[in-house]
Amino acid sequence: MTATVIELDQLGPASILRIAGDITSASEPDLMAAYGLAAANGAMAVILDFSKLEYMNSGGIGLLVTLLVRAQRGGGRLVATGLSDHYRQIFTLTRLDEAIEIHDDEAAAVLAASA
Amino acid sequence: MTEPNDSPPTSRDAANWAGPVDRLSAAGVAGAKDDAVTGKRVSGPLQGFGQLWQKTFTVRLDGADISPTDLIALWKDRFPTFWPKGQRFYAPLSGIAPGEVALLEIAPVPGAPVRLSTGVLVLYADDESFTFMTPEGHTLSAWITFSARRDGDVTIAQAQALERPADPFDELAYMLGGSRLNNRFWEATLGNLATAVGVAGPVVETQVVCIDRMRQWRYWRNVRNSASIRSARRTLTAPIRKLTGRG
Repeated sequence: MTATVIELDQLGPASILRIAGDITSASEPDLMAAYGLAAANGAMAVILDFSKLEYMNSGGIGLLVTLLVRAQRGGGRLVATGLSDHYRQIFTLTRLDEAIEIHDDEAAAVLAASA
Repeated sequence: MTEPNDSPPTSRDAANWAGPVDRLSAAGVAGAKDDAVTGKRVSGPLQGFGQLWQKTFTVRLDGADISPTDLIALWKDRFPTFWPKGQRFYAPLSGIAPGEVALLEIAPVPGAPVRLSTGVLVLYADDESFTFMTPEGHTLSAWITFSARRDGDVTIAQAQALERPADPFDELAYMLGGSRLNNRFWEATLGNLATAVGVAGPVVETQVVCIDRMRQWRYWRNVRNSASIRSARRTLTAPIRKLTGRG
């Protein structure tokens, strides 16, 4: 297993969580802490950059659901970018794509998050 | 000279996930009296009506000499045998593997004359876990993951569900005792699994957390797919269908 590494980036009004490595249920503390920082900075839409994601199991998908609920209850939303064809398929299979906007590139994601 | 391969590397989890599916098919399942799943879409915790709950059931397999991977292999192989008596799981002929569909017949209340017919999709499976996702019509819109891990010398088995009651009637039933019955079902299942591997007097611990107290009212129309209503209708009309030869 590769550790989860999450970096918080700011591009203008958009907050981006750059996720690298593995996403499993064990990633919860790091992911939630990073989201908390982004929300504390006033971000209403947070971009999840999956371009360096190497592995995700069903625990990881479950974690994204709880993160999504947390964002929605705070009046925010999540936007995704950097998904490979494989992970994009998983988002479709699990119907996560009905709740998280997906964009092909970071610029489009930033535009959507800033709207 | 061989050209370099420019295609992106395959993810380590690629073989563990079900492939793309629009509508489910239970063609690979034998034995069930009713197929309420073929033609349905999957419906997960984002597509349900009711509050969102995370339920975690764990049992320590003290005294059992079994590794997490061996436990999961056993659990996949004999999954229906650990269910409480009277509840039926019709496994796919090719076993519990990503993309396979299983059918279920559940008595919502022990001894109930109506048996709920529904199913699950095997969403994910690896050596240490497997996950089911429910179809439209199931009383819950859910994922449930069965897993095993090591804690020192002891293997721990776990079932963890992320679930929303699918429609307003299911939400009401859940609040009025359905949730408690559901807990007992999984507690019994984990207890049976532990007993099967030689644990004496297994103790199942249950943790229930409400992840989202808000109901998703836009999904009230899930009721039109309700397996509960369909199963009740089929039970009531069974004598008529028998007389008219419509099975």
